[in-house]
Amino acid sequence: MVAIDRTMQKLVDRNEGTVSREIFCNQDVYDQEMQRVFLRSWLFVGHESQVPKPGDFVLSRMGEEAVIVTRDKQNRVHVLLNSCRHRGNKLCLHDRGKSKSFTCSFHGWSYDSTGALVALPYHDGGYSEMAKEKWGLASARVETFEGSIWATWDKTAPSFVDYLGGSELYLRTQLLGTDGSEDGAEVLGGLVKWRLGCNWKVPCPDVDRSHGWMTHKSLSDAFGVGPTGFPVRRGEGGGQRAYAGSPRTYCVAFPEGHTMGVTIPSDDDPNWGDAGVWADKPVIREYLREKYEIRKRRLGTMASLSVGPAIFPNEGWLGRVIRIMHPQGPLSTEIWTYFFVDRDAPQEVKDALSFYYERWYGPGGMTQQDDMENWYNLTIASKGPMARTLDLNYQMRLSEPPIHGPSRFGLPGLFTPLYSDENHRRFYQRWAEFMEAKDWDELSVRESAK
Amino acid sequence: MVLTETITDQEIRLHFEIEQFLYREADLLDDRKYEAWLGLFTEDARYWMPMRRNVSSEELEHEFTAERHEMAWFDETKGTLVDRVKQIRTGVHWAEEPFSRISHVVSNVRILEAGAEEVRVRCRFIVYRNRMVEEQSLFVGSRIDTLRRAGRSWQIARREIYLDQSVMLSKNFTNFF
Ligand code: FES
Ligand SMILES: [Fe+2]
Repeated sequence: MVAIDRTMQKLVDRNEGTVSREIFCNQDVYDQEMQRVFLRSWLFVGHESQVPKPGDFVLSRMGEEAVIVTRDKQNRVHVLLNSCRHRGNKLCLHDRGKSKSFTCSFHGWSYDSTGALVALPYHDGGYSEMAKEKWGLASARVETFEGSIWATWDKTAPSFVDYLGGSELYLRTQLLGTDGSEDGAEVLGGLVKWRLGCNWKVPCPDVDRSHGWMTHKSLSDAFGVGPTGFPVRRGEGGGQRAYAGSPRTYCVAFPEGHTMGVTIPSDDDPNWGDAGVWADKPVIREYLREKYEIRKRRLGTMASLSVGPAIFPNEGWLGRVIRIMHPQGPLSTEIWTYFFVDRDAPQEVKDALSFYYERWYGPGGMTQQDDMENWYNLTIASKGPMARTLDLNYQMRLSEPPIHGPSRFGLPGLFTPLYSDENHRRFYQRWAEFMEAKDWDELSVRESAK
Repeated sequence: MVLTETITDQEIRLHFEIEQFLYREADLLDDRKYEAWLGLFTEDARYWMPMRRNVSSEELEHEFTAERHEMAWFDETKGTLVDRVKQIRTGVHWAEEPFSRISHVVSNVRILEAGAEEVRVRCRFIVYRNRMVEEQSLFVGSRIDTLRRAGRSWQIARREIYLDQSVMLSKNFTNFF
C-alpha cells in the first residue's frame, strides 16, 4: 500500500465527487498503478493495417514498456516485450519494418516473430543443457477486434469482449469504415508521438465537455468553430450555450471504466459530408455524403460518428483518431496518436483527411496545443504540498442518477446529460477498484450496463 | 555554390541577399511581427514538416513521413498559416498567452540551386522557446526553402522543415519554424 494515509477509495470519493491530487503526482501511487492497472488491463497496441503482411512489425508500448507487434508466417499477430531474455537488452531498435527474426545487438540471441528463441550463435556448446523453449520473449495475450489489436499481460483477465462490456457495440462501430463496412479502416502512415508534462490519467476520461468553450475559445473567437473544426452552434447566451452541441449528445459510462460521448443520430441531422469543415472540399464532401448515407442505412441509431469510447485505462478517441496515453513517470506522459481513414478511399480523400487532422490534432494542432497548456499547467500548480491537500472537484450533476442502460434509446450504457462529471466519476471509481483489487475475481463486473 | 577562385561578385551578392532575407525573417518571428512574416510567403506557399522514424539503415526511404500521404507535424498552406496567426492574435490562445520568448538562430546557409526566378537554399535552425518560468524547448534541425524572386526581394514558396527528433520531446509546437 502507498505511503500516504488514505485508502484508494478515499483518494477517489465517489459520494463526494472528489479526487485527491495525490493520484496525479505521487510516486508510490504511480508505482502501484503500473502493477495493478497496467499489468492487468487490456491495452491498445495498434491496428492490423500497421502489420499487413507476415514478417511486418511495428513498435508499440504497454504502459512504460516497449513491445513489438509482429505478424508471423501463419498470419497471427503477436505482442512481444522488447527486452532480450539473456541480459535484458533492447531487442528491436526500429519503429517499424519487416523482419523474419530479431537478433539482439549484445550477444546475438535471435528470436522469430512468434517470440521463440531460435538461434544462439557462437556458444561452443555452452548452452547444451539450456531449455531454449523457456527463454522466448515475454508474449502477451492478444486479441484483435475489428482490426484493432489489444494485449494484456494478465492470464486471468476476462476476454477482451467481456472487458469491454456494453461498450463493445460503440467500439465496433467506431472502427468500421465510414460506410459502416467491416475491415474498412486503416491507420495513416506516421504515428504522432510526443511528451507532455502531466500524469497519464489527466487526458483519459471522456467527455470533459465543459472545457471546450473556454480552453478552445480562440477557435470560436477567430473562426466560429469548435475543437474539431466544425462550426459551433451560436445559442442565445453565446459562450457556453454555443458549445451545448446537439441536445441528443450524452455522456455515457460503463461500470468497466469505459467512458464516452454519444450523439444519437436523427433523420433531420445534416449529412456528415455537409459539415462545415468540408465546405471548400467538394471531393471529400461528396465522398463522405455518399458513405454516410450507406452507414445510416446499415447502422441506424449507431450511425453516429462520435461514439468513440475511451477504453479503460489509457485509450481514447477524438473523432476518428485514437490517442493512447502512455505513462512516463507520475508527471510525464507520452501520447501516441493513430489517424484513421477508409482503406478504399481515393488517395485524394485520404490526403484531404490527413491535411484536416494536421490542422486540429497533435502537438501542432490548433486545438490540442491549448489542451496541452492546461494539462501541463494544472500539473505544475498541483504538485506542491499545500495544493496536494485540496481535492479536485468532479461534482457536476453529482446526485442526478444516470439513465440506466438499456436507455430509452435502446442503446447500452449509463447516460447522463452532456454537461456532467459522471463519466469522470466512473473512470476514477474503476481506477480505485483496480488499485485495491487483489485479482480479477474481485475486479469482474457483475452487472454490466449492456 | 562551391567556393572556388572563380566565384563571381554576382554569387556573393546573391548569397548575401538570401542570408539577409532569412535573418530578417527570423527577426520578424522573434519580434512577434507575425502579419509581416506572413507577407513573406507566396500565395501558393507550402510549409511542410514531416515526422521522422527510427528505421534500419536499409529502409532509410521510410525515415521521413511521405508528403501529403502520411501524417506530418505541419502541412500548411498560406491560408492555414494566416489562420494560425489569427488564432494567436485572439489573446485567448492559451498555448501562446502570455507569449513565449522565442529565438530563431539560422545558420549554415547554403544555396543548393539558383535559377532565374527561384533559389533553393538549405540552412540549419536552432529554435529556443522559453515559456512562463521553467519551461524550455529546444528544436534543432534543417530547412530547405524555395525562395521566389518578388521585385527587389524574395518570397518563400516552399519550406521543408526537418526536425531532429522522432518522438517530439516538448508538449506542443506554438512557434513557427
Ligand atoms: S542481452 Fe541479448 S543476447 Fe545478450
Ligand atoms: Fe480539448
